[in-house]
Amino acid sequence: MHDTLAEPEKTAAATDGATVRLSVAKPGDRGVIVDVQAGRQSGDHGVSVDELHRRLLEFGFVEGARIEVLHEGAIWRDPIAVRLDDMRIGLRRRDAADVWIQLDAE
Amino acid sequence: MTDATLPTAPLSSAPSSNARIALVGNPNSGKTALFNALTGSRQKVANYAGVTVERKEGQVATSSGRTLSILDLPGTYSLRARSPDEVVTRDAVLGKLAGEAPPDVLICVADATNLRLVLRLILELKAVGRPMVLALNMYDIAQRQGLRIDLEGLARDIGCPIVTTVATRKRGIEDLVAQVEALIAAGALGAENTWHEPDAGQIRGAHREAQRILKANVQAADRPDTFTGKVDGVLLHPVSGLAILFTLLFVMFQAVFTWSKAAGDLLGEGFSATGAFIAAHLPPGLLTSFLTDGLISGVGSVLVFLPQILVLFFFIILLEDFGYMARAAFLMDRIMGGAGLHGRAFIPLLSSFACAIPGIMSTRVIDNKRDRLTTIMVAPLMTCSARIPVYTLIISAFIPNVKVAGVLSLPGLVMFGLYAAGIVSALGVSFITRRLFWRGAVEPFLMELPTYKLPDLVNVLRSLYLRGKIFITRAGTIILPMMILVWFLSSFPGAPAGASDPAINYSLAGRIGHLLQPILAPIGFNWQMTVALIPGFAAREVAVAALGTVYAIGNADASPGALATTLSHHWSIATGLAFLAWYVFAPQCASTIGVVKRETNSWLWPAVMLVYMTGLAYLAAFIVYQTAKASGLG
Ligand SMILES: Nc1nc2c(ncn2[C@@H]2O[C@H](COP(=O)(O)OP(=O)(O)OP(=O)(O)O)[C@@H](O)[C@H]2O)c(=O)[nH]1
Ligand SMILES: [Mg+2]
Repeated sequence: MHDTLAEPEKTAAATDGATVRLSVAKPGDRGVIVDVQAGRQSGDHGVSVDELHRRLLEFGFVEGARIEVLHEGAIWRDPIAVRLDDMRIGLRRRDAADVWIQLDAE
Repeated sequence: MTDATLPTAPLSSAPSSNARIALVGNPNSGKTALFNALTGSRQKVANYAGVTVERKEGQVATSSGRTLSILDLPGTYSLRARSPDEVVTRDAVLGKLAGEAPPDVLICVADATNLRLVLRLILELKAVGRPMVLALNMYDIAQRQGLRIDLEGLARDIGCPIVTTVATRKRGIEDLVAQVEALIAAGALGAENTWHEPDAGQIRGAHREAQRILKANVQAADRPDTFTGKVDGVLLHPVSGLAILFTLLFVMFQAVFTWSKAAGDLLGEGFSATGAFIAAHLPPGLLTSFLTDGLISGVGSVLVFLPQILVLFFFIILLEDFGYMARAAFLMDRIMGGAGLHGRAFIPLLSSFACAIPGIMSTRVIDNKRDRLTTIMVAPLMTCSARIPVYTLIISAFIPNVKVAGVLSLPGLVMFGLYAAGIVSALGVSFITRRLFWRGAVEPFLMELPTYKLPDLVNVLRSLYLRGKIFITRAGTIILPMMILVWFLSSFPGAPAGASDPAINYSLAGRIGHLLQPILAPIGFNWQMTVALIPGFAAREVAVAALGTVYAIGNADASPGALATTLSHHWSIATGLAFLAWYVFAPQCASTIGVVKRETNSWLWPAVMLVYMTGLAYLAAFIVYQTAKASGLG
C-alpha cells in the first residue's frame, strides 16, 4: 500500500507538485499526505520505528490528510508546528521524516 | 458555588442503586470541567493503589435516588497507553485496576470542534463493550463557529446516545445524567471486551471509518476559529515567541516572590508565635522541645512555601487552561533537547523553582521512563525557594554590597549566578546522563497545540485548591516523620549538667557532625557547619536556624543580621563561598528524597540522587574553597 516512492533529492528546492518528506518542508508548504511509512528511515527516535509509526497514525498523520506547515522553532528550525486537517500539532523534524507529502500545485 | 446541579434525593442504601461512571476523552476536551460541573464540591482525591497518579472521584445524586460516582481520568488519544497517566486511563476503562470494578457506564467527552481523533478513540472504546454516552462538549464554541453536526446521524453511526454540553456553563448536565441513568435502568450490561492493541493497519482503518462518519454528519464551520492562528503567529514566532515566553517567566517569578511574600511571612510568624506560646506555657522539657522544635517548626518550614507554590501553580493552571503550556513545551523542546530532556519536562522543572516536590510529582505526564527519570533526577538542582534564606544569609555575611560596573549590585549578581548555576548544572547532569548511561534519543515529541480558550476562573481555582491539598497531604506525610527523626537526632542525648556548649553539640547529630568534620575539612567546613548540616537535612532553610543554634544565637531565622555578623567573624571568605557552592548541589532535603522514593517506587533512585548530588556538592565546594584559598581569601 505504501511502497515504491522514489527518494527525492533531500536538498532539492520543493517545487509545486513534488513529493517531499515532512521533515524538510518549510513554513507555508501545504499539501496532502501521500505516505506514512515504518522502517524506511533509520535513526534514533527513542522508541521503535513501529511505535513511532503508530503514534503518527494515532495523531492523524494518515494518507489523504491535508497538511500545512505553520511555524518552526528557533534552533535548527525545529520542531515544526503543522495544521493537520483541523488540528494543530507540534512535532520534531526528526520524527517527521517518514511522512511524505505531495505539495499542492499552485 | 453550587453543589450538584440536580436536586439531592435521599441516598438509597441499596448498593445496586449506585453506579460507577468514568470520564474518558482526548486531552483538553473538558473532562475536568465536566467533572466539576457534575460533582460540584463533592470531590475527593486519593491515590490509585500502587501508582502515584491521583484518583479524582466525585458523587452525583440523581433525581431517582441513585448515587453516581464519577471518575475523572487523564486525557488520552488511544487506549494504547504510554505514560503512567495514560496507563491509569486504560486500566480504569478496562477494569484492570487493582481493587476496582470496571465502570458501569463510560462518558466519552469530546471537543465538538475537534472530532477527528476522538472518533477513532470512540471506536476503540466501543470494542471495550461498556455502555457509553458521548458528551459533545464545547458546544457553545461549535455553535459560535456555525459548525453543523447531525446529532441523530452521528449517534446512529457510532451507536451510542449523544448529549451536547457546555461544561463551563453547566449546560446539558441534567441531560447527560438522565442519559446515563437511562442506560443503567435499561440494564445495559455491555458486550464482551474485544479490545486489543491496534496495529498500524487497524489504526489506518479506524481513521478511514472516523473520516467517513465525520464527512457524513459534520459540515465544516461557517466561521472557523482564526484567533488561534493569529495568536500563534506571535506566540510561536522564533523570536517574539521566545521573548514572550521569557518575559512571562520573569513576571511569574516576580509574582511568586512578591505576592506570596506577605502570606509566607505571616505563616512563618504564626508558626514562630505558636511555638513561642507553647514554650512559654509548658514547662521546659522533652515534650515542649518536641512540640516547638520538632513538630511546629517542622510543619511550619514546609507550609511557609505553600503561598509560593500556590501562586506558581495559579499561573501554570491558567496557562494550561488557556492552551499556552503546549506552546511553551514546543518553544523549549529544542533548547532542552540539547541537554537530553523532553519538551514536556519544562513544566516540572519550572515548578521546581518553587519546590522540587510538586515538580517531581508533575513528571507523570512524560511518556518515557528514562525521560521521566532524567527529569526527576535533575529537578532538585533547580533553585528552590528553600535555598533562598541560606543564600541570603551567606551573601549578606560575605559579599560586600558594592556596585559592579556602576549599576549592578554585587549581592544581586551573586544571587543570579547561583540561580544560573542551578539551571546549568541541571542541564549538564541531564546531558551527561543521556550520553553515558542512557544513550539514545529522547521520545518523539508529538503534541497537539489546542485552540486557545478563555480559562474559567471557577475551574482554575478548583484545580488550584486540589493541587494545594495534594501538596500538603503528600508532603506532610513525608516531611513530618523526617522532621521528627531530625529532631530526635539533634536532641538525644541531652547535654550533661553544667555543660557550656550548646546542647546540640552533645546530641547524636553533634557526634555525627564531629565524626564527619575531617571529611569536610578539605572543603573548608568547621565542626559547627558540619553539625548544622545534619538538621539541615530536614529542609534546606533549617540550616539557618541550626547555625544559629550551634553559634548560640537565638532567633536566627527571624533576624539573621546578628548571625551574619557572627559568621563573617568565624568563617573565612573561602569557607563562606564553599558553603554557597555546597548548597547549590547538596541534597539537603529529606522530603525530596522521600518523594523520589514514592514516585519511582524504588530505593535505587533516591540513593543515586543522594550520592550524585552529594558528590557534586563536595566537588564544587572543594574547587571553590581551594581556589579561593589560593587567591588569598582563606
Ligand atoms: N467555551 C468552553 N470552554 C470549555 C468547555 N469545557 C471546558 N472548557 C475549557 O477548556 C479548557 C480545558 O478543559 P479541561 O477541563 O481542563 O480539559 P481536560 O479534558 O480535563 O484536559 P486534560 O485533563 O488535560 O486531558 C479549559 O480552559 C476549560 O475552561 C466548554 O464547554 N465550553
Ligand atoms: Mg483534566
